Amino acid sequence: MLRADEVRTYIMQGLPCDYVAVQGNDGQHFEAVIVSPQFVGRNKVQQHQLVYQALGERMRHEIHALSMRTFTPEAWASMEN
Amino acid sequence: MDVQERIRTQVTQSPVVLYMKGSPKFPQCGFSGLATQILQACGVTDYVAVDVLQDPEIREGIKTYANWPTIPQLYIKGEFVGGADIMREMYQSGELQKLLNG
Repeated sequence: MLRADEVRTYIMQGLPCDYVAVQGNDGQHFEAVIVSPQFVGRNKVQQHQLVYQALGERMRHEIHALSMRTFTPEAWASMEN
Repeated sequence: MDVQERIRTQVTQSPVVLYMKGSPKFPQCGFSGLATQILQACGVTDYVAVDVLQDPEIREGIKTYANWPTIPQLYIKGEFVGGADIMREMYQSGELQKLLNG
């Protein structure tokens, strides 16, 4: 069964990230918060596409659902304040 | 007509098209259910809902069409808008309402 920390590792292997948190414990449904400098200058669709790309074939076969929120480092920093 | 061409025709023939699992009355997945609720909250009643579970060719083809591996998918005036997460974010910011009523 796929674990949340494995999904986290897959995302980080495929995409340079400042921060990734993944939750979910049923092996199929996951929730992620992802902060990456690669998101700068890209819209939400393009940001999510980068994450899907990092997960590649796993997105088709292993992961039923990945709910995500994506942030540029700047947007993330302003959220924390 | 190949499946990509079928999808292109579908999304351009109607102003709002939602690809989902199940129907708006009986969604077969929580994310598809959320997508229909968001459209309802935006006051959209006359959109086209395509149940991908009824059409395996569309179910696979739609993933390639917008380079987006998950369902639901929302299209407005032929343009891919996003999946459930993006719909929710855009609804919360008021952006989706603007796009739908524009």
